[in-house]
Amino acid sequence: MLAPVHHILPLTTIVRERLLPFKGRVIARLNQKVSSTDIVAEATWAREHVLLDVARILNLTADAADKLIRCKVGDRVSAGAVIASGRGLLSKTVKVPKEGRVTAAGGGQVLLEAGESRMELRAGISGNVVQIIPDRGVVIQTSGALIQGVWGNGRVDTGVMINLAEKPDTVLTAKRLDVSFRGSVIIAAQIRDAETLQASADLPVRGLILASLYPSLLPMAREMRFPILLTDGFGSMPMNSAAYKLIATNAKHEATLNAEVYDRYSGARPEVIIPLPVSSEPAPPRDVESFAAGQAVRMRRPPMTGTIGSIVALRSGLTTLPSGLRAVCAEIKFENGEQALVPLVNLEVVG
Amino acid sequence: MPASLVQGDSLLAVDVGAATTRAVLFDVVEGEYRFLAAGSAPSTAEAPFKDVIEGVRDAITSLQLVAGRNLLDGNRRLITPSQSDGSGVDAFVSTLSAGPALKTVVVGLLSDVSLASARRLAETTYARIIDSISLTDHRKPDQQIDALLRLRPDMVIITGGADGGASRSIHKTLEPVGLAGYLLAPEKRPAVLFAGNQKQDDEVKELLGGVTSELHFSPNVRPSLDTEDIEPAARELASLVIGVRRRQLNGVDVLQTWSGGHVLPTAYAEGRMLHFLGQVYGGTKGGILGVDLGASAAVIAAGFKDKTVVGVYPQFGLGENLPALLQYTQLEDILRWSPLDISTGTLRDYLYQKSLYPSSIPATKEDQTIAQAVSRQALYLAMQTARRDFPLSARPPKAGLLPLFEPILAGGGALGDAPTPGQSLLLLLDAIQPVGVTTIILDRNNLLPLLGAAAACNSLLPVQVLDSGAFQSLGSVVSVIASASYGKLVLRARLTYDNGTEARADVKYGSLELMPLAAGQSAKLTLQPQRGADVGFGPGRGGTLAVSGGAMGVVIDGRGRPLALPDDPVRRRELIQKWLLTIGG
Repeated sequence: MLAPVHHILPLTTIVRERLLPFKGRVIARLNQKVSSTDIVAEATWAREHVLLDVARILNLTADAADKLIRCKVGDRVSAGAVIASGRGLLSKTVKVPKEGRVTAAGGGQVLLEAGESRMELRAGISGNVVQIIPDRGVVIQTSGALIQGVWGNGRVDTGVMINLAEKPDTVLTAKRLDVSFRGSVIIAAQIRDAETLQASADLPVRGLILASLYPSLLPMAREMRFPILLTDGFGSMPMNSAAYKLIATNAKHEATLNAEVYDRYSGARPEVIIPLPVSSEPAPPRDVESFAAGQAVRMRRPPMTGTIGSIVALRSGLTTLPSGLRAVCAEIKFENGEQALVPLVNLEVVG
Repeated sequence: MPASLVQGDSLLAVDVGAATTRAVLFDVVEGEYRFLAAGSAPSTAEAPFKDVIEGVRDAITSLQLVAGRNLLDGNRRLITPSQSDGSGVDAFVSTLSAGPALKTVVVGLLSDVSLASARRLAETTYARIIDSISLTDHRKPDQQIDALLRLRPDMVIITGGADGGASRSIHKTLEPVGLAGYLLAPEKRPAVLFAGNQKQDDEVKELLGGVTSELHFSPNVRPSLDTEDIEPAARELASLVIGVRRRQLNGVDVLQTWSGGHVLPTAYAEGRMLHFLGQVYGGTKGGILGVDLGASAAVIAAGFKDKTVVGVYPQFGLGENLPALLQYTQLEDILRWSPLDISTGTLRDYLYQKSLYPSSIPATKEDQTIAQAVSRQALYLAMQTARRDFPLSARPPKAGLLPLFEPILAGGGALGDAPTPGQSLLLLLDAIQPVGVTTIILDRNNLLPLLGAAAACNSLLPVQVLDSGAFQSLGSVVSVIASASYGKLVLRARLTYDNGTEARADVKYGSLELMPLAAGQSAKLTLQPQRGADVGFGPGRGGTLAVSGGAMGVVIDGRGRPLALPDDPVRRRELIQKWLLTIGG
């Protein structure tokens, strides 16, 4: 059976697409070295649209109104500009309420886009631009450690990691946060109150790497302007040992925290990327494996949710579980020496 | 002799679910179509696979092992037609429920007329309504355009206007859809179904033709103000949904090729079977009920003599949408079904954690208890939502209860995969709360939608397979409508077996009673409800009827309708434990 893979890798080649949500201009050049905060592409977009029903205002048919409309698609019009006026001594005029650009005209109507905004797309990770995607963005490649998470609040930033989690289940409190942590990415296994999240925002920090968070704190976490990534899940789960070891040993290194929202269809996942120097390009991560004895695996569900174990043996046929369900299982040995039978669908390979 | 028997076509049917892909083989045995074997594998619509065909091939490979017949060649391509060495199949059909719920905008004229019909139409498929536009919408057209640009719907359902009626109003609602489509990049434009005034089809084509990803037309869902006809539009919507999935999910194209275009949304295919069964077996007072509880949605399909109601509720699915369940229910309402003392915090964590891994299964007893409590509440809510659309002709025996359903067919991972038949049955009784006498049938292999899909290319196959015992009867259930104090006698029952022997039960309020009757056997059941109690013949009225057996025999549910659980949590948990023990959980 094919196995999903959860990446916790000390050294790998990481390739990431960075794309604008709509057409724009790519600024970065092929083979350019970029840092995570560099702007690689930009675009402008309209915050709102204004529909002017010229025919209705002038009380004309659509065809008649079209003949009176003085602007065409692409024209920039300023606020108050007259774009059509009726005939006769006491004729009405149609004025533009806001500055904008004409995006459509016809059928007796004019559609403007107004409130133009500029969007800047940052590199997100430090590395080399290995591909330009015209009008949309770039592909960046780097080498380093990669730790995937299970939940992210949609933000991205880069900073030096500070480890405030002495153990994988250390709870961070507001008291622990002082001004020396400003601008850092904080490694903290758990936060259990809104006060600590608020204290992180007040500093502000550049990011939070957590093992788990209470679901009741998720709405607040989504509102934070810095990235928050959960490595393991919801509630009060400790950080899995593989992620904890890797993150903790790389403390004081710069890391990019891309707390992208998990999209199971596109494969986008929140992740921590720690760029590291290499003499030769390491192997890229493998997205799919086949289950096999000896593999390190992570539990997706009880018992021992989130913990790391290794496959001792794969059972053939169906095995009856304590829940009463029957499933294809593997015998798992956990780091504390305990063993359990776990359905393969509840496992993901760590690698 | 029917043409299909002359040809002796074998048929491979595959259901691609959000979590699991199932492959089922049907073939002719001794002159009649039979369900031969099933195989399953995790679905692969999601990353890292991003191609449904991988899961389909794995499910077929698993099926090959059971059936002892090669269906894929060395390059994992489907062997078709069947070969002289016994390999391959003659026909292939598929159903599909994988994929995120489709972001849907409904457009109509009046909110309680055409817009309500558009909503009901959207509920026949895997849709999540994210906005609605109507004449009563207070937003300006440019605000509606901005909303559409921000929400980026996958599909738009437009209704409005009686056939031949006024057209200017509809034009007003079409404008924002057309202009938003014009502004969106071609690959982001929504698919549109127009199910309104048929006279305006040409105008709609002219306005929206070039600014949608695909434009479909169906007969008007509201041909006149007081007439609603969802079914023809639902058929067109099913076709549109597959079109959207072809763009969203890799591999759907291959399924279309293998099946010659016979890919249907799972819920639509199930509804089609229920429609057929409702017409054949639906009584004047009630109908046939199909429930399916899976990762992508809860599906309720009810076939009545004059109408089929299909409700697809992604918000009650047990997969990635699970945390959203809390928008419709309280944690305490879910935990009322649990026989174990579980905290609300544990349950909340469970809902979020399970949403990360929809295909995972409960391995521990506590996890299974939580999973079943969640399933009960999700199915209960889906039933309560669906019954709003049941026809007035299907009158329940008492206000607030369901009409009579005979039989009730249940499928989907949460129901078909329960550890014991008793657990499946108790879950269904708690969540559906049927009334009167009914047979409950478990569709362990999710055959029902596949038979609905197969019907399009072989009309004989579904009929013969339904009669062949491919479904597991859980038993005949008598649900007593009563409200009494716990322990008070509500019903006397006597089961007379074919050999003349008898079994008797005095059913007390709050209890479940089992009377043995093996699958395939039948017996006569005489019911004598006590004063005020009703088993479908009317309050206090008794009668004798023929019943068939099943895994649990004849089950008498004396817990009353609606089912009222004790408020005291300790007493409630004890009672649920007792019911579970009674029924073999």
